[in-house]
Amino acid sequence: MHIVICIKQVPDPEIAPSVFRVDEVAKKVISLAGTAPVINPFDEQAVEAALRIRDAEQDPANVTITAVTMGEATSEKIVRKAMALGVDQGVTLVDAAFADSDAYATARALAAAITKLGDIDLVLTGRQAADSDAGVVALGIAELLRLPAITLAKKIEVADGAVQVERAVSEGEETMAAPLPAVITIAHELGAVRKPSLRETMRAGRKPVRRWGPDDLGMDAESVGRAGSRRVVERLYQPTRDVDCEWVSGDEPAAIAKALVGRLVEQKLL
Amino acid sequence: MIGPPVLVVAEIDGAGPTANSLELLTVARNLATGSGRVVVACLGTRIGEGVGSELAAHGADAVVMVDDPIFTPFQADAWVHELAAIATELKPGTILVPHSLAGVEVAPRLAFRLDTAVATGCVGLDLVDGDARWTRSCYGGNAREVVSIHTTPVIATIAARAFDPLPANQAASVAIDRRPATVDPGNVRARVIAKSAAMTTGVRLENAKVVVSGGHGLGGAAGFEQVRTLAALLGGAAGATRVACDLGWCPRAWQIGQSGKTVVPDLYFALGISGAAQHMAGCGNAGAIVAVNTDPDAEIFKSARFGIVADCNEFLAALIEEIRKVRP
Ligand SMILES: Cc1cc2nc3c(=O)[nH]c(=O)nc-3n(C[C@H](O)[C@H](O)[C@H](O)COP(=O)(O)OP(=O)(O)OC[C@H]3O[C@@H](n4cnc5c(N)ncnc54)[C@H](O)[C@@H]3O)c2cc1C
Repeated sequence: MHIVICIKQVPDPEIAPSVFRVDEVAKKVISLAGTAPVINPFDEQAVEAALRIRDAEQDPANVTITAVTMGEATSEKIVRKAMALGVDQGVTLVDAAFADSDAYATARALAAAITKLGDIDLVLTGRQAADSDAGVVALGIAELLRLPAITLAKKIEVADGAVQVERAVSEGEETMAAPLPAVITIAHELGAVRKPSLRETMRAGRKPVRRWGPDDLGMDAESVGRAGSRRVVERLYQPTRDVDCEWVSGDEPAAIAKALVGRLVEQKLL
Repeated sequence: MIGPPVLVVAEIDGAGPTANSLELLTVARNLATGSGRVVVACLGTRIGEGVGSELAAHGADAVVMVDDPIFTPFQADAWVHELAAIATELKPGTILVPHSLAGVEVAPRLAFRLDTAVATGCVGLDLVDGDARWTRSCYGGNAREVVSIHTTPVIATIAARAFDPLPANQAASVAIDRRPATVDPGNVRARVIAKSAAMTTGVRLENAKVVVSGGHGLGGAAGFEQVRTLAALLGGAAGATRVACDLGWCPRAWQIGQSGKTVVPDLYFALGISGAAQHMAGCGNAGAIVAVNTDPDAEIFKSARFGIVADCNEFLAALIEEIRKVRP
């Protein structure tokens, strides 16, 4: 079985909102000194999902896991990190021509990379990237490769050429099934991810990472990156919150509660 | 000249279209001003009698209704096939899709199937010389982007409660075009094999006028019992941060935020919540936020109309008492 995981490097989503800044002219997020980009947390769970599928196999040696990323040169780091968790090999789509790709161009490049990898059984990604928050790329890959897709997985079982997925839907329970190969997106509800083991970390440095550019994918410069993108970012800005906080205080909780209820009633909020 | 139609994908919940579907009609009428028609695609099983007239009352000119068991429960393969067929025939300039569990799966796939592009989770629309500019949240709620798409049809999913439905015009009439499904069941590859609906008791979070939410600062499941009590007293719904859900202090369905639900109540209580961008992404548009936190520098106070520096459990108990006094 060959599992491909598509992973993305994003600015650390857990930084305090008070230090988050955008450059409105460049329409880019300003990277903060002292904070390193991270693997998109949902993609980290896709790595975990792949490892769990392998753990559940009778013969784990039959499972190959490949991590693919498109991004800046530094994104090889997240591939190495995935390898330290147990991923076998990596592909980085690193080339100036890929810069400023939108979801459309990204899905096309990743789909081309997956096609080049050859026989695959599963494509796993996080439910969405923590920077673009769009949730488009995985479904685009499914369409381009004409594969079935199941989103928001919290539990995956592979058996007899098919995949069965428990989905993280907020109301109730839902299980879906699809024949392999298939694309699955992973939800936060999959649960905690493992830590790198010493053994895998030692091995990670020796695992192969291939670097492919547009030529390797049989794509011309016009169909990748900004040139191959379809959505134009007209503006990027930080929303302002025009609220003045009115502090409600008192000697003890009961007094504060009374004061608050009084104010809420005055403001017709209660 | 008559412009291309705007195609709205409606979802049915029980007997009628969802609120989000009606909100889409507001956006559609905005886009269709002066020229094109607003056509609604309505897929479902035993679609209620009144659905067509309700869609008409809120802005639809025509409804394409495909009533077939294959559309329930929702399976994206069936929906994408049928909607692609309808779009290929109608050649809309724009397709609007609810930003719902089903919509977020349908819209991106439809975009690739029709060889165009999609903007998801849109909260605003501006027309600049007739060119649509979509505003959407990104970076976990830390930023907004304004995007445009220049391939047709333009596809957008519209966030719930970002637009108000148009006032109902009961006199509006509508042409209903009922047609059979064209999906071959054999082409539905990803199938629902088990599904159970949750027991929804009380007010739904998404529609609640008052939401009482708790976070890590509440310290445990007991605090969330109090949250439930206060929500019930106020005729509202209970919510939580992801951290609280992860800790199992409350049901997962309570999660509000980037990867949870979006709520737009008039009043939002944030108890022991720090105010992370990913949480605010789901509640930042509330009418007024009351924040209770022991840390006066907590980020949540920047979004709060009323701030209280106190232990949230003690305060919650006192607030419940006080509300019981004024609303026995
Ligand atoms: C990709 C991604 C997606 C995410 N999606 C979501 C999402 O959908 N929803 C979501 O909520 N989060 C989400 N998060 C997590 C988010 O970043 C925060 O970690 C989370 O919202 C914090 O929850 P909290 O406020 O309950 O906890 P904390 O950040 O730990 O804050 C607890 C607060 O309680 C206060 N406190 C402590 N004790 C008391 C007391 N006794 N009385 C009063 N106050 C007290 C503290 O001062 C603190 O401000 C996401 C994160 C990532 C990276």
